[in-house]
Amino acid sequence: MFEIVTKKELNPTVTLMEIKAPLIAKKALAGQFVILRVDDKGERIPLTIADYNREKGTVTIIFQIVGGTTIRLNQKNQGEFIEDIVGPLGKATELDGLKKVAVVGGGVGCAIAYPIAKSLYDSGCEVHSIVGFRNEDLVILEDEFKEKSHKYVLMTDDGSAGEKGLVTDALKKLIESGEEYDEVITIGPLIMMKFVCELTRKYNIKTIASMNPVMIDGTGMCGGCRLTVGGQTKFACVDGPDFDGHLIDFDSAIKRSSMYRDEEQKDREKACNLFKKEVE
Amino acid sequence: MADMSLTKHLMPVLAPKVRCTNFEEVALGYDSETAIAEAKRCLNCKHKPCIEGCPVKIHIPEFIAEVAEGNFEKAYEIISQSSSLPSVCGRVCPQETQCEQKCVRGIKGEPVGIGYLERFVADYHAKNKTEANKKIEATKGRVAVIGSGPAGLSCAGELAKRGYEVTIYEALHAAGGVLTYGIPEFRLPKTIVSEEIEGLKQLGVKIETNVVIGRTILIDELFSDYGFDAVFIGSGAGLPKFMNIEGEELKGVYSANEFLTRINLMKGHCEDTHTPVKLSKKTVVVGGGNVAMDAARCAKRLGADVSIVYRRTKNELPARKEEVEHAIEEGIEFKFLTNPVKILGDENGFANKIVCRKMQLSEPDASGRARPVEVEGSDFEIEADSIIMALGTSPNPIIRDTTEGLETAKWGGIIANDETGLTSKEGVFAGGDAVSGAATVILAMGAGKNAANAIDEYISSKK
Repeated sequence: MFEIVTKKELNPTVTLMEIKAPLIAKKALAGQFVILRVDDKGERIPLTIADYNREKGTVTIIFQIVGGTTIRLNQKNQGEFIEDIVGPLGKATELDGLKKVAVVGGGVGCAIAYPIAKSLYDSGCEVHSIVGFRNEDLVILEDEFKEKSHKYVLMTDDGSAGEKGLVTDALKKLIESGEEYDEVITIGPLIMMKFVCELTRKYNIKTIASMNPVMIDGTGMCGGCRLTVGGQTKFACVDGPDFDGHLIDFDSAIKRSSMYRDEEQKDREKACNLFKKEVE
Repeated sequence: MADMSLTKHLMPVLAPKVRCTNFEEVALGYDSETAIAEAKRCLNCKHKPCIEGCPVKIHIPEFIAEVAEGNFEKAYEIISQSSSLPSVCGRVCPQETQCEQKCVRGIKGEPVGIGYLERFVADYHAKNKTEANKKIEATKGRVAVIGSGPAGLSCAGELAKRGYEVTIYEALHAAGGVLTYGIPEFRLPKTIVSEEIEGLKQLGVKIETNVVIGRTILIDELFSDYGFDAVFIGSGAGLPKFMNIEGEELKGVYSANEFLTRINLMKGHCEDTHTPVKLSKKTVVVGGGNVAMDAARCAKRLGADVSIVYRRTKNELPARKEEVEHAIEEGIEFKFLTNPVKILGDENGFANKIVCRKMQLSEPDASGRARPVEVEGSDFEIEADSIIMALGTSPNPIIRDTTEGLETAKWGGIIANDETGLTSKEGVFAGGDAVSGAATVILAMGAGKNAANAIDEYISSKK
């Protein structure tokens, strides 16, 4: 059992939790993830490590409340416990030697983009953070990004905060204005990462995408997280989660990500009904 | 005088029609009378060829002689001297290619039902034992065991009995390795696995779940920070193989590991759990090993029409004979000499057909089995909304990539001495599928036990 030491609502659909897990905190690096189970009936879900505190022995996760499991997780409060957490899993994002990087995050993916921006910034790299959200209410980690970026561009679909448009619009503008990046690192919805990669391919800028496919064990056993990268089968849990964005077959990853949509919908309804009963 | 009947006493089983709808154990086990009667078929021959066929060298004729006399506890003691998981091995060992293959009674008629008797004895003990295992004082040293599958459990058990303090590190949230996530309930009830694990804990073995060695803790740290005297790696077979054919990325295409884990470990098919399992109408399983049989029979129990596609013939199936028979009884269709060439999908990206090619057998290949070759122009389609690949595994890279000085073979497996399990790194031993590639429970157990011997010698010689 692992204690939730802090719980914070970042926006109505995104929650931050700091969880006591000293062994994981000791090893965690930007880009790695954990697998957790809320309770003993729960599924194993991967969540990227948003932050860690080696002294306190805690890791921070930030999750969007989208399905049954995240609804159940969100019902847990500070001082309560989750059943299991294991990690840090996957390979850390390679940040060594980078001088100037554009970090492009979308939605809750910004929770993962942030520790990468922070690590780069702290190591002396010039960081341009471009973050996108649907609207003003969903913006997260604005102050944190600003503090750890040399340039911060906020985009919203409806223009209610920052500029109106997509992250790719902002990235294109920066590139065309003469910014020269060693690398672009992108984390967010698959469709967003696909278009970021298509854009940077045109300019021949190396691009790393952080993938978050369906996983069960997350340790290199089940094969559920497989992706096609450069025509080969790769496993996000042990070969990734970061891959060369120009080699990822995003279209098949997008299709596979909806494999359990019907089942997830049912589980979500179950969780909602339970929640409603508790409230009544 | 031995009972000279040519056939084994029948193992009572759940009727196929009944068992197809549930996950209850299929083989029900002998009762005492049947066990005694079957034991009397053993000739107790002088040269004991059966022992040669057993990877852990159980004193087979001796335990069977005790069964014949009704001394079941005595029989259990004899088995326990050699095997740490008899209730498991009695159920999942391929006896027909091991002990029973060597049995003299098999020359004319059927061999003695050694596996059935082993299972009977282990189950009898589990049911009738009155006291817990005694905790053994651990004074001889500290050993870390990586992985709680058959290799790790047997290594840990053996070392604990010899007076070592043993900690098992398990990556998943539950112990047992393939016994828990892989082999289904109807073949190996999970209560049996948990009883075996409970027995180890009583001996004093500690089990730390949710720890991935190579990520959470490195092997070098087990020595430097945790003070272990030796490490045994029993981390298992690794990642599932795929065919690399067109359409394999479609929804509805799984590895057997994924499909079985969703069911066996996560219990996704149960109403009150939250791991999704997709129900299928028509399932095709590709492969011919035990894992393929397990996946096919699980899919059947979830209501699908199931066929198994295998590129050789029934004679070359690597699965246990009993599993193949049970699968056939349960209405699973076998399509032999058939190999998939591509998978087709619908407009939503779900698989709906698998295109297969007919094969014919040619001269034997390196594995000694007849090599299948394609028959030109023989492609045909099978409808399937779920396709499960059970094609074996390739080694997990985590420990290899994070442990300096640990040599691995070209194919990725850890290089370890056959007899001792010693690797290229001092104090580090390895065994089971992580060394051999995917093999059987009993071979992994044997490797774990041998390594325990060597670890005992290694630590004793240092102190």
